[in-house]
Amino acid sequence: MSKTILAVDDSKTMRDMVSFALTEAGFSVTTADDGVHGLKVAQEGIFDIIITDINMPNMDGITLITHLRALAQYQSIPILILTTESEQGKRDQGKNAGATGWIVKPFNPEKLIQVVNKVAA
Amino acid sequence: MDMQSFRKTYFEECQERLQEIETLLLSLESGDYQDEHLHAIFRAVHSIKGGAGAFGCDHIVSFSHILETVFDRVRDHRLGLDPELMDVLVDAADILSAIVAAAEQNQTLPETFDAKARGDLSRYMNEGAEAAPVAPSETSCPEETKGKACTYTIVFKPHSRLYEKANEPLLLLRELGGLGTMTLSVNVDDLPDLSAMEASGSYLSWTILLNTTHPKDAITEVFEFVLDDCDLTITETDSTVAGEMKPTPPSDASPAIDTGEAKVSSIRVDLDKIDRLVNMVGELVITHAMLSQQAEKLARDGYPHLARGIEELSTHTRELQDHVMAIRAQPVKMAFARIPRLVRDVSKDVNKHIKLVMTGEETEVDKTVIENLADPLTHLIRNAIDHGIEDAQTRKAAGKPPEGTITLSAGHRSGRILIEIRDDGAGLNTKKIAEKAKERGLIENPELMSADELHQLIFHPGFSTAEQISNISGRGVGMDVVKRNIQSIGGKVYVKSEAGVGARFVLSLPLTLAVMDGMIVRVGTQKLILPISNILESLRPRRQDISTITEGGEVLDLRDHYIPLLRLNRLFNIPARYDEPWQGLVLIVESEQTTFALFVDELVGKQQVVIKSLEENYDPVEGISSATILGDGSVALILDPASLYELHNRQGDPSLAYAA
Repeated sequence: MSKTILAVDDSKTMRDMVSFALTEAGFSVTTADDGVHGLKVAQEGIFDIIITDINMPNMDGITLITHLRALAQYQSIPILILTTESEQGKRDQGKNAGATGWIVKPFNPEKLIQVVNKVAA
Repeated sequence: MDMQSFRKTYFEECQERLQEIETLLLSLESGDYQDEHLHAIFRAVHSIKGGAGAFGCDHIVSFSHILETVFDRVRDHRLGLDPELMDVLVDAADILSAIVAAAEQNQTLPETFDAKARGDLSRYMNEGAEAAPVAPSETSCPEETKGKACTYTIVFKPHSRLYEKANEPLLLLRELGGLGTMTLSVNVDDLPDLSAMEASGSYLSWTILLNTTHPKDAITEVFEFVLDDCDLTITETDSTVAGEMKPTPPSDASPAIDTGEAKVSSIRVDLDKIDRLVNMVGELVITHAMLSQQAEKLARDGYPHLARGIEELSTHTRELQDHVMAIRAQPVKMAFARIPRLVRDVSKDVNKHIKLVMTGEETEVDKTVIENLADPLTHLIRNAIDHGIEDAQTRKAAGKPPEGTITLSAGHRSGRILIEIRDDGAGLNTKKIAEKAKERGLIENPELMSADELHQLIFHPGFSTAEQISNISGRGVGMDVVKRNIQSIGGKVYVKSEAGVGARFVLSLPLTLAVMDGMIVRVGTQKLILPISNILESLRPRRQDISTITEGGEVLDLRDHYIPLLRLNRLFNIPARYDEPWQGLVLIVESEQTTFALFVDELVGKQQVVIKSLEENYDPVEGISSATILGDGSVALILDPASLYELHNRQGDPSLAYAA
């Protein structure tokens, strides 16, 4: 069975691109458009990896990670954050909240898949 | 989807974002000051920038970066939003719009285009204004080590925080191993007594000798995500000692990669091995049957111990078989897991509000059954959302709650597992199905058929060939495929629908595909097998219990209930010993759809039978599900009650005979 990934991003472009690249690579991808939605979808399903943007309306990525890590089923699931090169501070916040690693935007599909494979058991 | 369509999405999104920025700026300007407005503007600019990088729109990236930096300072209250800044921001938003528009048309704007705006904005940026993002500068390894193999000693000690963030030493070590040749030893000195050990603690560390042609940076990069959560030292060892690498003495520590995670109580076994085991048990069951049949004669003649031995063998064989089957059993949850997402996605696509209710996810069933369940389930759920459930307006008009409900449930019933997909939509359109079926020549007289019979037509292969069907019946796309998939694992699918109330698809599946309890019946010289799970009782009727009704053929009066009577000899055209039910025996058989009486000559006995596929070894035969080998080595056919009943209906009523 292919691994399932939840990608949370408020930008449709990003969602489409992440989803396309990962689906091509054989993952089964579900998307959500903000932290609140992401948390809900995560609770309703079972995902092997979660990728989230940081800046999102309603609930940002950092808060989402904090919530996810508090859930038993997501305690040991890799969570990756999407950040830009200039967001070192955000990256640290994400790490502190429990992020497993990060993907630097703008990403290319190969880099994305490489990072996902790096943390995927 | 290709890059071009992503680009299109991106620019569409940009338009929305720019519109959003403008609206919010105007709200701010009109005195509606809210922090959330500033956050939203920041996000919008950020997201325009983020996408631009992916499409190489450098101009957008550099300008939006400046704008973003200023907004970042405003939202953090490091910068007051005075009317002057407001003007600068509104102007800058316009400039950004223009830059985006130009990029969309692949036009290059003159450098002077945004010079003024940049100048204005830069006054609000930090002294030592942040530069536009630069690509990470990969500090490459010293020239002299490039391409030359070096040996590094890496000491890696994870903190417990590393595990808390779901990083996995095993993966890191594996990645490290990909860089070259690696010898590693695990240090277990910190491992406390079991009683003092904390499940989430980190007690292991590793010493790794890595011989690689990659630079040191490549090693650091492996540990990129965990640098803050571990002690890591990477030292270059003299390459001459590479030949005699001696890491810390292995002592009694396991040299294998051991992540120190909690002890597992399960092992991974190749499915092939289990299947072989299942097969062997199947053969054992057959052998046992043969043995006990032979021994029966002997045992009567004064070999009581033999009889007891055979009995015991029987118990053990049965137990062995149950346990082997249990290995392959898995909860249907595995097949249900992806349904919530499916419902979410599809309902969003068609803009309907759907509530999904799932029950019985723990019901266990054979792995093969589960694997083959995914596609049919997806199909049925998709159909239920797409065509079954009406849009909110129609629902309201019909006095239903605007939110549709789909119920997915699983449970055991009479030795099978039943999976039900129920929606509270409009139900199947009986009239349209009848029209379509007649048009396609599947039936001649729809008036003579019940709504239920008409509904089953959606599974007919001839029914779903044309693509416009989906608009006509509301259902029907690929239903024959669903049926075939389910049949291929020994299952049945049928539909119950009530106009305006909803449709209910039931998948009836075998628990296991390998063995079942069968009742051997005899008709003439033929031995046939009926699944025990389908038999309610057996009886010899009185002559007056049997009557013929005008349209429905023969019926049996079973304690004041009339049920159809099927004669096995007539169905298969076998010369029987008895001509009338009151001479022979009648079995009361329950199929998924109905209960009927089946007339046979006699019962031979109960036996566990190993199912051998008829389709694979011969051809599908109507009324027969599969075959088996009996104790005496002969082959017997296993009856399929549901298809037996269908066969009976068709033989009895020519109007139902479609060209299958």
